Amino acid sequence: MPAVHEAPALSRLGSRLGPGWVLALLALAAAGVVVAFMTIGANGRWGFVLPFRGTKVASLLLVAGAVATATVLFQTVSGNRILTPAIMGFDALYRLIQTGFVVVVGAGGFGDPRLRFLVETGAMMLFALLLYRWLLDRSGRGLHVLLLVGVICGVLFRSLSQVLQRMLDPNQFVVLQTSFFANFNAVRPDLLGLAALVLLAAGIGVWRLLPRLDVLLLGRETAIALGVDHRRTLSRVLVLVAVLVSVSTALVGPVTFLGLLVAHLAYRVMPTYRHAVVLPAAALIAAIALVGGQLVLERVFAMNAALSIVIEFLGGLTLLVLLAGRAR
Amino acid sequence: MIETQDLTRRYGDTVVVDGVSLRLPARSFVSIIGANGAGKSSLLSMVSRLLPASAGRAFVDGLDVAATPGDVLARRLGILRQENGIAARVTIRDLVAFGRYPHAKGRLTAADRAHVADALAFLDLEPLADRFLDEVSGGQRQRAHIAMVLAQDTDCILLDEPLNNLDMRHAAGMMGLLRRAVDERGRTIVAVLHDINFASCYSDRIVAMRDGKVVAVGPPEEIVTEAVLREVYGIEVEVVLVRGYRTVFFYR
Repeated sequence: MPAVHEAPALSRLGSRLGPGWVLALLALAAAGVVVAFMTIGANGRWGFVLPFRGTKVASLLLVAGAVATATVLFQTVSGNRILTPAIMGFDALYRLIQTGFVVVVGAGGFGDPRLRFLVETGAMMLFALLLYRWLLDRSGRGLHVLLLVGVICGVLFRSLSQVLQRMLDPNQFVVLQTSFFANFNAVRPDLLGLAALVLLAAGIGVWRLLPRLDVLLLGRETAIALGVDHRRTLSRVLVLVAVLVSVSTALVGPVTFLGLLVAHLAYRVMPTYRHAVVLPAAALIAAIALVGGQLVLERVFAMNAALSIVIEFLGGLTLLVLLAGRAR
Repeated sequence: MIETQDLTRRYGDTVVVDGVSLRLPARSFVSIIGANGAGKSSLLSMVSRLLPASAGRAFVDGLDVAATPGDVLARRLGILRQENGIAARVTIRDLVAFGRYPHAKGRLTAADRAHVADALAFLDLEPLADRFLDEVSGGQRQRAHIAMVLAQDTDCILLDEPLNNLDMRHAAGMMGLLRRAVDERGRTIVAVLHDINFASCYSDRIVAMRDGKVVAVGPPEEIVTEAVLREVYGIEVEVVLVRGYRTVFFYR
């Protein structure tokens, strides 16, 4: 147990205000950033600017919600706060599934991209459930083993996708490649409505699990002692994480590293462990980071950098600080 | 009441609990003693459904623990394990309130809050209630976990080394509290204890284990004897009567 607590100004502010006010402030800030993004530097017709930027904001918000929720959920069920779905290879798995489908049925095989998204998400749920439940079930408390296996799984999935990509016909490869880099400028309006629906369904699933999620924070044994069916809850959460990662990866590409950053900020500002407020806080912080980041990128750097670079840089730094803080 | 029938746990060829059949009466304080690796914790884990049995069955209030839904059992059986880390920042009051989860499912009523306040008071934790778990000492944390189990308000309570991390004063205080929970509130408490003298002074019954088997069961007068302890621990000890309690001297 750490003797010294990083007792930063953020958490002190959070406990003085109470969770309700912190959430309200975050919501206000998120709304402000969205309004700024929609209006600043708009020198075209509003009839064009608003729908154009609106699609972008909508997908950023969806991604923010999906990534933040997936990370907090995964950290709760794995019982530690350095793992993220990305570190454990979740998005690499989704990528492998995408590649696999292109190999099997061809780039245009499903016709409608929405059907393709649903099939890929379904496959992702199945594989993630089998693999990660097996992993979490056996790992017990061996965090380091879990971490190592996760990293290796990620590398394995990435290499497998690459092998499959080598075997692809160059035309199909180009189609596939465009969806591989985190790209906030070319979002997928065709998937937006469906992704929102899927996210809503996942949100309802999470909402129903809220009290159980809190109990899971006490660890497997205490959760069982308090009557939570640990195995079943774990499976449900992993399915939800798989869905959420699929949504964000399909919309913009791999950004799950952002989750680490926003989850930890949420833990800091929220004076409570309760998922009912930590999850929305993390989602709002993610929204502020993504929309705000994109705003700065478009207006200040005039699109000369990529948002994912900024995010991964900050996320990486946060991870380093966390690891250094835990080494004792 | 807690009952086991031929309860067995194997890891490969190693048998850690070997066909244990016990019948522990309600409203009593039972201590389990034995050397390290005698199978005490594994036995307790199987009765608490944390570890599946390789063979045999365990019953709590007549319910088969392997077949009863977890939330039904959680209203009848409270468990304290040797401490496990909690990832989140949780205050002592939060932790104790989690003990009400089997009843409240996350929505605390006034009655639930009363149980929490009662458990906090019972363990003398009120002044510390709003401190975070990682800001208090090991002994205080241990008491907070026990308060959580008491707030769960179950008839049967299984404790794995409840005296861990406690100093003389708090260890004696804890045993006194557990004794009172049995006498005044009619609980059934089964505790793994390493301190043979505490077991001797407070238990109604002692279960002595060696190599996964129960060597002897009985009241302290029958178990805390030089002959039985030699068989259980494999060392020579001297049993002295102090104020009517059988006390073991084994320090030199």
